[in-house]
Amino acid sequence: MPVGAKSAWYTVFMLSRVGVVAVQGDYERHILALRAAADGPLEVVEARVPEHLDGLDGVILPGGESTTVGLLLRRYGLGEALVEFAASGRPMWGTCMGMILMAKDIERGRPDQYRLGVLDVTVRRNAFGAQVHSFEDEVPVRGLSEPVLGVFIRAPVVVRYGPGVEVLSEYEGQIVAVRQGNRIGTSFHPELTHDARFHRLFLGL
Amino acid sequence: MSEQNGQKRAAKTHREKVGLAEMLKGGVIMDVTNVEQAKIAEDAGAVAVMALERVPADIRRDGGVSRMSDPEMILGIKAAVTIPVMAKCRIGHFVEAEILEALEVDFVDESEVLTPADEENHVDKHAFTVPFVCGARNLGEALRRIGEGAAMIRTKGEAGTGDVVEAVRHMRAIMSEIRQVAGSRPDELYTLAKGFQAPLELIREVHRLGRLPVPNFSAGGIATPADAALMMKLGAETVFVGSGIFKSGDPAVRARAIVESVLFYQEPKKLAEISRNLGEPMVGINVSSLGEKELLAPRGW
Repeated sequence: MPVGAKSAWYTVFMLSRVGVVAVQGDYERHILALRAAADGPLEVVEARVPEHLDGLDGVILPGGESTTVGLLLRRYGLGEALVEFAASGRPMWGTCMGMILMAKDIERGRPDQYRLGVLDVTVRRNAFGAQVHSFEDEVPVRGLSEPVLGVFIRAPVVVRYGPGVEVLSEYEGQIVAVRQGNRIGTSFHPELTHDARFHRLFLGL
Repeated sequence: MSEQNGQKRAAKTHREKVGLAEMLKGGVIMDVTNVEQAKIAEDAGAVAVMALERVPADIRRDGGVSRMSDPEMILGIKAAVTIPVMAKCRIGHFVEAEILEALEVDFVDESEVLTPADEENHVDKHAFTVPFVCGARNLGEALRRIGEGAAMIRTKGEAGTGDVVEAVRHMRAIMSEIRQVAGSRPDELYTLAKGFQAPLELIREVHRLGRLPVPNFSAGGIATPADAALMMKLGAETVFVGSGIFKSGDPAVRARAIVESVLFYQEPKKLAEISRNLGEPMVGINVSSLGEKELLAPRGW
């Protein structure tokens, strides 16, 4: 593929084969956003069973219902495979439900709620309340010069974080984006906007 | 965007409404009539529950006027589960919708399963903060509802029958009409809009996107994992199961199986495994044996 010098530099350092966990939720929106964000060739895989993670450079856990997806991740072994995937040092990003699933602890979840425990945070589910309290607003993000449009839908927030965790974003005093190494969690949904910067950030991890 | 009119946050946009519908994709939304059923649904992996006093099969059997459910039971279900809770208002009954919004349900279904309150006008859904789902039998009906502000469309099917034939008819109609619009020349869209009795702007959007501008779900008569998978294969992005679960012999087992069938709808071997030993399905009624007056789908227009 003919690329200019700058693009070639990018393609070397960008992820080229990325999975989106496609058990339930808005994974199609992430797939579209990844395609829009990619400078070079990018293969995007829908991950439903453990084998789908083979050979991926990174994985995204989308928005959706954490109780539903947690149940299915446990039942079909994809959860265990995702824990191994994270342990291998490859990048992982969870939006909303994705961040809840990645968290070590969950507040306002079900008592036995499944989680991967790969992000050393406690996440509070539905922190802003029912759907009528969903909203969007500008949110500053560390590492991005301009704020992003944060779309918060029955969104969670981070209420505790461990020593290895960096806060990427706060909104009205609540932590809404975190990073631990190359694992990222966001309360909001960049995939529902036309702003590709967050997906580009992920592809550059 | 923030701090306008003294409001800290942006007012509810269509994006948040459609956004919640996006989060429910690839899932199963289950009708529940009490806290115990709501818990069974959540345990089985429902992405949301529809709180109502009687499932459509019982509404059909009992007859009479069917209305919005008692707020007390809706609140009870809201308190019992952590997943989104939906509730139904009558077609055109915007005060029932206001009450449901005040109860902070997550989605309102302006539903033909209840007795219509207005035979000409649907609820002006743009005027609400809570998102709405509406039933449709074809593309024109779907786009009229979206024009009124619906954030999600579902096929009407024929609720409370356990017969999937009408849901199939409606989904096939919607999908084939979308293909027709998507494949037309731009200068043909005016006449198509006229033919479908749909807003021109929305016809243009369907032409551009090749799909509905909001998520396209399916409801009405789905009773087995195979039914759910069939609707997914025909283009549904999530399925509603009404009477099919709690009118069956073993609701917990069937609910779980239908959730799994939506995940693995493209894999017949997995579906074969999922469909084993589910106990008795709901008995059901052949839609073709119903008189015209007994049909729910023609309600709404």
